[in-house]
Amino acid sequence: MTAAAEDVRRTGTPESAPVLAVRDLTRVHSSGQTAVHALRGLTLSVAAGELVAVMGPSGSGKSTLLSLAGGLDTATSGEVLVEGEPLSRKSRSQLAALRRRSVGYVFQDFNLLPALTAVENVALPRELDGVSARAARQEALDALRDVGLPELGDRFPDAMSGGQQQRVAIARALVGPRRLLLADEPTGALDTDTGEFVLRLIRRRCDEGAAGLLVTHEARHAAWADRVVFLRDGLMVDDTGRVSSVDSLLGSDT
Amino acid sequence: MSIRYGLLALLQRQPMYGYQLRGEFEASTGGTWPLNVGQVYTTLSRLERDGAVAATGHSESDDPELQKTYAITERGCAELADWFGTPVSRSRPPRDELAIKLAMAIVSHGVDVAAVIQGQRTATLRSLQDYTRLKNRSDEVELSWLLVLDSLIFNAEAEVRWLDHCEARIVRFAPQGASLPGPPAQKGAAPLDSPPGARPPESATSSVRGRS
Repeated sequence: MTAAAEDVRRTGTPESAPVLAVRDLTRVHSSGQTAVHALRGLTLSVAAGELVAVMGPSGSGKSTLLSLAGGLDTATSGEVLVEGEPLSRKSRSQLAALRRRSVGYVFQDFNLLPALTAVENVALPRELDGVSARAARQEALDALRDVGLPELGDRFPDAMSGGQQQRVAIARALVGPRRLLLADEPTGALDTDTGEFVLRLIRRRCDEGAAGLLVTHEARHAAWADRVVFLRDGLMVDDTGRVSSVDSLLGSDT
Repeated sequence: MSIRYGLLALLQRQPMYGYQLRGEFEASTGGTWPLNVGQVYTTLSRLERDGAVAATGHSESDDPELQKTYAITERGCAELADWFGTPVSRSRPPRDELAIKLAMAIVSHGVDVAAVIQGQRTATLRSLQDYTRLKNRSDEVELSWLLVLDSLIFNAEAEVRWLDHCEARIVRFAPQGASLPGPPAQKGAAPLDSPPGARPPESATSSVRGRS
């Protein structure tokens, strides 16, 4: 186990400092006279080992939140802290390193590089991060095995099904010591069974100590989270809270 | 009705006594619909009266009623085959408290429909989380229960989608009349000011009523 993975385990309790914290986050997209408030002072935190799902209608600010959390976009005001460090104080190269090293993204579009095989796609962020090609390949093979594709490493994306490509994309998001997992409609147009497999992977990674933020409009997928928050017009309007027990649910009316 | 056929289906596998049937029914459905043993015996005696099952032997129990072992008859097998061969009818939908509640909320005065929707959505999502958690630790669970669990999950999801839909529809019908839970109005925009030509809330409500 790598030192970073040890870190993940050591901090893997909800009580420890959150892996992701956003405070009073506001994002205004301005073009000429019109200003669109994508987020209006949102505060939210995700602890290690916790998976939080974000639901809300189109335009409620879900995807903006995810972009800001991953340092892909800059807040108009407010703060994003990843592992206690404010992103606003990081240089561009530090942000890039953070995105490669600590943050895993799963998007609806798989964004696999068509000229690279599955294993090369997965190994790429690690190689960019200075890991030797051999070690990166081994990590990538391990990650592909974790997503149930141990034998497809040498395939090119266009020779794989949509579900397989999405699993490769997830392997790429999970490879190495990622502590924050950001997923935007990760099941896309996958059939229900494959979609559930993808959610199980994300759930498992969080159970192993990562923090996860999942944007989805499907209640069935949000239900894999520990907590579901609802956004509307850039603000949180409801929160299911952490659910503790399932004992009261079934067979209670005997 | 489903208890009757459930018991027949279990008896088709092998003859059983009442307690056993109750246990098997609950194992197959994960205890989602608990049976009390009284229901089992009432149903068994009706089945026996109708000639669908016959009391054949005796179990070890001291209680004469509990001693009976039941077996399915040819008539019972035919009835069961008929059940499997006939789609469940949706022609008379079961009463749905939530649908009735929302329909009434729309036509009642002083009810914050949006708050009803949001409150229900959160509650339904919590149940959905619970079902999903059960499913996530269900590797050792019987396939039959897993399918029942999936049914609960799909139904809860459908309910959430329907609530989303209701909310969007209410907003469309009553642009400024329905107060959805949301951010306070932006600075400078007085929430109660209607744009020229907008319908007052009252007529917006009645137009919803008129369409439904």
